[in-house]
Amino acid sequence: MSKKYCEKFKIPKHLEVPMGAVIPAPVKENRNMITGNWRTERPVIDHEACTLCLNCFLFCPDACWHLDEKEERMVWNADFCKGCLICVNECPADCLTPVNELEFKGGVVRLEKPF
Amino acid sequence: MAKAVETQNLEAVKSIRRVPQEEYYLPGHRTCQGCGPALTYKLVSKAAGPDSIFLGPTGCMYVANTSYLCSPWAYPWMHTQITNAGAVASGIEAAYQVLIRKGKYKGKLPNIVVMGGDGGSIDIGLQAMSGLMYRGHDVLFIMYDNESYANTGIQTSPATPYGANTTFTPPGEAIPEGKVLFPKDAPQLVIGGHPAVHYVATASVAYPVDLINKVRKALNYKGPSFLHIHSPCPKGWMFDAAKTVEVAKLAIETGMWVNYEWEKGEYTYQHTPKEYKPVKEYMKTQQRFAHLTDAHIAKMQAFIDARLKAPGIPVALPVLGPREE
Repeated sequence: MSKKYCEKFKIPKHLEVPMGAVIPAPVKENRNMITGNWRTERPVIDHEACTLCLNCFLFCPDACWHLDEKEERMVWNADFCKGCLICVNECPADCLTPVNELEFKGGVVRLEKPF
Repeated sequence: MAKAVETQNLEAVKSIRRVPQEEYYLPGHRTCQGCGPALTYKLVSKAAGPDSIFLGPTGCMYVANTSYLCSPWAYPWMHTQITNAGAVASGIEAAYQVLIRKGKYKGKLPNIVVMGGDGGSIDIGLQAMSGLMYRGHDVLFIMYDNESYANTGIQTSPATPYGANTTFTPPGEAIPEGKVLFPKDAPQLVIGGHPAVHYVATASVAYPVDLINKVRKALNYKGPSFLHIHSPCPKGWMFDAAKTVEVAKLAIETGMWVNYEWEKGEYTYQHTPKEYKPVKEYMKTQQRFAHLTDAHIAKMQAFIDARLKAPGIPVALPVLGPREE
């Protein structure tokens, strides 16, 4: 819907859509779709045992693992991990363990409002 | 005199360490836990890089990703109808060729990649894909194969294996095995009928570096190329979400899936096991095959054995067949 159209039919501003419905692409994360509250178990990493084989980084469908090159350790993205635990299954060094989400204080399954 | 169009040259990745860290299929999408096609998308977009245009015919990767205002792609992406992905890709490629020829677009030809599901490639979208391959546009057509129409609730497609339980082929008293028909062979369909194609390959999410290299090789080829990628679907095949990669690996070990490249008539095979495991080991990991009896599994095993030994599909190592228990 163009601006002119919105003015003519008094459509609220938040429903305005650019011509052709072209929308901007996200840069690093897509903050409009937080999927972290899907999971019931989260992978917890033991940095001592990690060999930086990058299997978790390659096999994560949600791109939630990446290598911090300065600190030489794997970093996990809590906001988007869906808890599929492919990384736990594919880790050759067994340094990842699944831990129930309720064990954590800020466990994202505890939503303030019900759906 | 027309100027030659400059195309991109992507380097091969030699080890896991050299895989680019940048993500172009970003976190924050509605695909299921442990989604195989999402993993395929992530690896393919990593390989293609930022200067690419992706097209998504209707399918899982369109429906689950594009709720309005939250698409997870960091590159231009466009939805096409399930029937016409090939036609839209041809149009985009032809438009870029003209713009570059007339000097209105400065830069190299972008990588144009179609991410079709099995329905959008070899069932409903077959005529448009075949037209693209016939006309010889510089497009990479990828078929991510989750062996069903998964976005509408697991219906049977021509890529669904024999004996699978889907909502269109439920096992019952009259048809105890569920799906009766054997699947289409997508890469052979492209190789056999399209002389403009020079590169066809199959890949699996279980071997990501191999997958990235095949995507880059296919993009470097001028003219159309086709890639068939095995992407297990935890919901449709009914197995635990953590086992996506495990199931994909087992498919290669049992001969349900064969990784090969076809370059201008030459076959090369990758990840061929020395001895194939019996197909039963693969089938018992998934609930969709749970209703099959031994007679049905023997029929499946005979089909797999025949496919692995068929003339025209040479295998690098001698096929020893299933182990005797």
